[in-house]
Amino acid sequence: MLEEGILDSQFTQLQGLQDESNPNFVAEVVTLFIKDAQKIINHLSYYMSQEVVDFSEMDPYVHQIKGSTSSIGARNMTLACSDLHQASDAKNKEMCLQALNKINHEYCRLQVKLHLIVQLQNTIFTMETNERLRGSRYAAMSMQRRFPRFKVLFGFISSFLFFQLLITKHK
Amino acid sequence: MARNGTGSWRRRSEKVDGFEFSAAESEEVHVLAVDDSLVDRKVIERLLRITSCKVTAVDSGRRALQFLGLDEEKNSSVGFDESSTFKQIPVVIMSSENVLTRIDRCLEEGAEDFIVKPVKLADVKRLRDYMTREVKMGNEESGGVNKRKLRDSFDLSSSPPSISSSPSSLSSPSSPSPSPSPSRSPLSSSLSAPSSPTSLDSPIRRLKMTQH
Repeated sequence: MLEEGILDSQFTQLQGLQDESNPNFVAEVVTLFIKDAQKIINHLSYYMSQEVVDFSEMDPYVHQIKGSTSSIGARNMTLACSDLHQASDAKNKEMCLQALNKINHEYCRLQVKLHLIVQLQNTIFTMETNERLRGSRYAAMSMQRRFPRFKVLFGFISSFLFFQLLITKHK
Repeated sequence: MARNGTGSWRRRSEKVDGFEFSAAESEEVHVLAVDDSLVDRKVIERLLRITSCKVTAVDSGRRALQFLGLDEEKNSSVGFDESSTFKQIPVVIMSSENVLTRIDRCLEEGAEDFIVKPVKLADVKRLRDYMTREVKMGNEESGGVNKRKLRDSFDLSSSPPSISSSPSSLSSPSSPSPSPSPSRSPLSSSLSAPSSPTSLDSPIRRLKMTQH
């Protein structure tokens, strides 16, 4: 699952935090991250586009994106953010531009991977849910075998609903 | 230093509407997580919930102070000299930076521990165990709400590290003991993760020893 270099064990950690009580955790974090990172990259691009770069104003954003990329486990992107941090500390505009380019590049790669992973997870989740539902349907059917009265009731209710459906369809 | 500025706060008990600082309260740890990054807030919230902590997440130091009822404006007329149970709050700092001098400064200013981001479940579990044990040792009575604050703020004096703090119960404040178990080892390859936390066995301290 995890692409070498793009995501690391921290992402696995996050996946481990997802469970039945919190089935959308990874998807939520990923969505938040993508929006957040885009905003920060926009801010950084703005600062870097200035004639004279205000490194101190830029610093909080540099720090923030470094934190969130590491928290989500985006290894390559985190490394690029570290480069930007160093370049910004050194007040080196050229290095900052290079680092920002790298961040953009890694961010694009990461987005593709993350979307894929989230889609796959959602598919798996749906499949598992369907499996569970099927299991409970089997349980209901076996109930009918054990309790004939249940079967009659069940038949009555389902045919009642069926006729209701027919009636409403004809209207 | 920011820590000095927030060191002796006057407790405003009327503001603590969310908390019942009573002896009857269960020993649930309540953490006030402070982080400007939404992603990190969400992650740390989940990590803390999994370790059975009650969590409140805010996005800035100012909001944290507001939440605690310690707004600067309200306190400006009152001296900060009164000792306060807030001083008993252990502070854990969380940051993506691993600059040793910064870490040292945080610890010297009274931080309980320093965790390097990304924060893992093991880190949170370890800290929680440590905090619970500390309170149990310090508490005469059972009960009391523990609050822990995790904070990542770059606007707190110019330093990026985040701060987390946790008050012990009002009834018997326990003095913060030195950092326990290790943070992760991106700081130095010589760091290993000891299985049992001892009070002087902080990896930060060990790192200092190996480097000096």
